[in-house]
Amino acid sequence: MKKSLFISTLAAAGMAAGFASAGTLQDVQAAGVLKCGTGTGQVGFSAPDANGYWEGIDVAVCRAIAAAVLNDKDAVEFVPLTSKVRFSSLTSGEVDLLSRTTTWTFSRDVDLALTFVGINYYDGQGFMVPTDLGVSSALELDGATICIQTGTTTELNLADYFRSNGMSFEPVPIDTTAEAQASYIAGACDVYTTDSSALASARSSFENPDDHVILPEIISKEPLGPLVRHGDDQWADVVRWVMNALIAAEELGITSANLETLAAGTNNPEINRFMGTEGNLGEMLGLDADWAARAISAGGNYGEIFESTIGESTPIGLARGLNAQWTQGGLMYSPPFR
Amino acid sequence: MAMADQNAGPTFRLSMLIYDTRYRSLTIQVIVLIGFMAGGVWLVNNMLNNLSDLGKDLGFGFLNDAAGFEISPQLIEFSSQDSNLRAAIVGMLNTLMVAVVGCIIATIIGVIVGIARLSKNWVVARLMTVYVEMFRNVPILLWIVFAIAIINDIFPVPRAFKGDSATASMLFNESVALTNRGFYVPSPIWLQGSMVVVIVFILSLVAIKFFGTWSKKRQEATGDILPNFWIKLGIFVVPAVLIYFIMGRPIELDYPAFVKFNFEGGLFIRAPFIAITMALALYTAAFIAEAVRSGIQAISKGQSEAAFALGLRPNRTMQLIILPQALRVIIPPLISQFLNLTKNSSLATAVGYIEITGTLGGTILNQTGREMECIMLLMLIYLSISLSISMVMNVYNNSVKLKER
Repeated sequence: MKKSLFISTLAAAGMAAGFASAGTLQDVQAAGVLKCGTGTGQVGFSAPDANGYWEGIDVAVCRAIAAAVLNDKDAVEFVPLTSKVRFSSLTSGEVDLLSRTTTWTFSRDVDLALTFVGINYYDGQGFMVPTDLGVSSALELDGATICIQTGTTTELNLADYFRSNGMSFEPVPIDTTAEAQASYIAGACDVYTTDSSALASARSSFENPDDHVILPEIISKEPLGPLVRHGDDQWADVVRWVMNALIAAEELGITSANLETLAAGTNNPEINRFMGTEGNLGEMLGLDADWAARAISAGGNYGEIFESTIGESTPIGLARGLNAQWTQGGLMYSPPFR
Repeated sequence: MAMADQNAGPTFRLSMLIYDTRYRSLTIQVIVLIGFMAGGVWLVNNMLNNLSDLGKDLGFGFLNDAAGFEISPQLIEFSSQDSNLRAAIVGMLNTLMVAVVGCIIATIIGVIVGIARLSKNWVVARLMTVYVEMFRNVPILLWIVFAIAIINDIFPVPRAFKGDSATASMLFNESVALTNRGFYVPSPIWLQGSMVVVIVFILSLVAIKFFGTWSKKRQEATGDILPNFWIKLGIFVVPAVLIYFIMGRPIELDYPAFVKFNFEGGLFIRAPFIAITMALALYTAAFIAEAVRSGIQAISKGQSEAAFALGLRPNRTMQLIILPQALRVIIPPLISQFLNLTKNSSLATAVGYIEITGTLGGTILNQTGREMECIMLLMLIYLSISLSISMVMNVYNNSVKLKER
């Protein structure tokens, strides 16, 4: 008797847990705040500014989602996570989504039970060295001491690259971006390797950016994007389509400037569906009709976000390259809104 | 049996389990045990349920997969193609290396400081107090980070040794290079015939042991004291050096030399290792010093006064009278300090020294996503290391404890 009571209690607890984790969207709406896992401080991607206000292209995704779901782009609680703890924080429910330069890989998607919902930056791993080292190619790095961040794909790519080229290296594994940069500057390693966008970001924050050079080799594909827990398809859809909305808005010419005029109604049915003046896309997603417009109002479309956070006018100065719209020769391509 | 029946009383009623003092404690123990086991079962069940909710199962197959990352330093051969298990073992050996070297240094410093703290010399005693209080009252993580910062900042980068405009130079006749990535020192190359030298050296160690026993017996018989230290030093050095030259210098030194990025050749003691080992050793030594001081002070003053009355010098008094008795008090806290040092070595990731927490609890955990399995293994490994240290130290403790006859 006692045992069966015990088991039924367990079953009830398990079911309760199951219900509780059923709808992240409902949880977020009930809490009125989106818990967003970000980086620990990578200028241009996710870092607080001088006033402690989080900025960056990864942060913008969180703000757009908060605007779409909660109608308040500041209703976000940013949780800075190191690359080591990010996945456990997501799967344990400590954050609702992870938007922190995370590479989409097979094993992470499949084995770690995560759902990658899109790509907000196409990146690749590169190397940065001091100019006075006189190195012009990564193939000259045999025997070098290299600073890497632990728990990243870069750690594995690096081992693969050096092995396939018959070279050796001395790894200096470090937990956070800031420490890795500090070690590199202090000369504890000859080379700093990570995603080339992050290298550009680091270089721009150095005292003398010209003393450092980013080598031409890109040794890996690093598609970076936001991700959510496995098994909550509705929430994954919300995050995926807010991402797509940012990209589609650029393609459709919807910007934060003309947003209000277009919201009044246009002759373009796709823009009308996007804005919620036609059809019921918002309802299908479980959001208000103007969800996409709100997402754009948070920080503009993808192009605007890119330009204001890591684009050529910023100190980081990254070109659009692969991250241009597909119509401009890039890879940014949103499925149609219909 | 008949006796037991008489004790149990005429009839056994169920209520006696609670009201009879003979059974009550047993009843309570059984209930507590059942409650404890139920709690354990519930926790395990809950974990398995939640893991399966997340779509994960419990398994250790990932240990055989290729690790894919590099580790340094490595005491055994390891490449990125080796298994996660091997990576974990490499990490464990690195943990043990810090623990062993750290414990030895901590003990030496701790004993010296503990004794010096009781010195009659005011300056020495105060300096030691300052040292102990400084290290005991600042968190160990800060000392570790501080240590690596010192190494990074005061020593030159390897490149500074290069070329005509070198701003740094090697020490000891171009044989030792102190850089911010670590210290490069010459390492021995074992040529043919070197084994003979090694064997002679080991034999002379055995001889020292025999001489010690013989000298002690002689002293007990005649009361005559030989200059033991100098004789032992002679046995230690002379035969090995003689054989070394007779065999035609079979051991050569491999000197580090600068090549492009770093020094190559020789032995490379990495900066993170130096930082973590020294920080842990100095920190733990402060606690050991206190244990040593308390052990010495626990010996009544009459003991040293009696020794002085017999005409023993202070050094001998300490060596022969005080320390042997004090050890009984010192060893138990010393064991727990050794355990602390070993467990604190898990902070090494802060300075980029990769040990078991860095491999099994860091990169492997992260790349495979097997949190539960990795953490359980990690706890098991630390538990076994700690229990082994306790076991060895308890054997030693038994050998020094007061022999009651």
